[in-house]
Amino acid sequence: MSEIHHHVEEHRDDEASKLGMWLFIFTELLLFGGLFIVYSIFRHEYYQAFRESSLELSVTIGAINTIALLFSSMTVAMALTAMQKNDKKTALIMIGITLLMALVFLVNKYFEWGHKIEHGLYPGSALMPHLDRGHLLYFSLYFFMTGLHAFHIIVGMVLLTICLFKVKSGSIRTDKYALLENGALYWHLVDLIWIFLFPLMYLIS
Amino acid sequence: MANNVSHTTEYRTLGKVLLVLMFCTFLTITVTGIHLGPLSVTVALVIACVKAYTVMTYFMHLKYESLLLKLLVGFVFVLFVLIILITFIDYAYR
Repeated sequence: MSEIHHHVEEHRDDEASKLGMWLFIFTELLLFGGLFIVYSIFRHEYYQAFRESSLELSVTIGAINTIALLFSSMTVAMALTAMQKNDKKTALIMIGITLLMALVFLVNKYFEWGHKIEHGLYPGSALMPHLDRGHLLYFSLYFFMTGLHAFHIIVGMVLLTICLFKVKSGSIRTDKYALLENGALYWHLVDLIWIFLFPLMYLIS
Repeated sequence: MANNVSHTTEYRTLGKVLLVLMFCTFLTITVTGIHLGPLSVTVALVIACVKAYTVMTYFMHLKYESLLLKLLVGFVFVLFVLIILITFIDYAYR
């Protein structure tokens, strides 16, 4: 037969996969958006209790976590820039820093939650049913919303670790970086959610 | 090959965006620290929206995306505002 048909056309549509990622991000935004509405209504109804409860949280830890996430958002964007410029080494370093920042965030969260759990404040604890309704709602929402967000951090870390290895192995290249681009979009989403969680949970005056 | 048409954002630009975001964070903490009464949550949310807009525009490259994607993001934003409005109206007149 002929030798013309040997090269295989790769089926690829980076624009479409990016659009798909954005559609998924929309669903995530609406998921957290719904939770923010629940939070707003209960905060309006039990303002005093929400205020008192929020004083239990450390603004310093919250601020450090905010900075860590903002910084990691920049580094993951830089990783993409590096990949576009065909600078594999910088891309690897930037993804590495992003993962490190994510770890800083989770370690902080571990201490923050650990402190609450030590005082018997966690969903299903013996103390929780004895709190009045406002405090109970605040801490339930706090654990649920920050917990769901922390879960997204872990998923983002898995995604970026996969990207790290694929950049290393060369399957993410300067002319083929859709996965890294979508991974970065996911990471920015995690940052976006925290931008709203931080003032609402930690800063009630 | 029109497969990779994504815009490349320079490192310097990304660094500047981070500085703006850090400044906004500092501003939020300071503003909510002083007593503005019911205004303080409004200010905090406005700053959060500015930060979200900045992240989406520069970090998520929305500035250089197609009109379709920009319209979709706008549509989702309007949808969310409508959900908030309808829920709050329902709640207020119960």
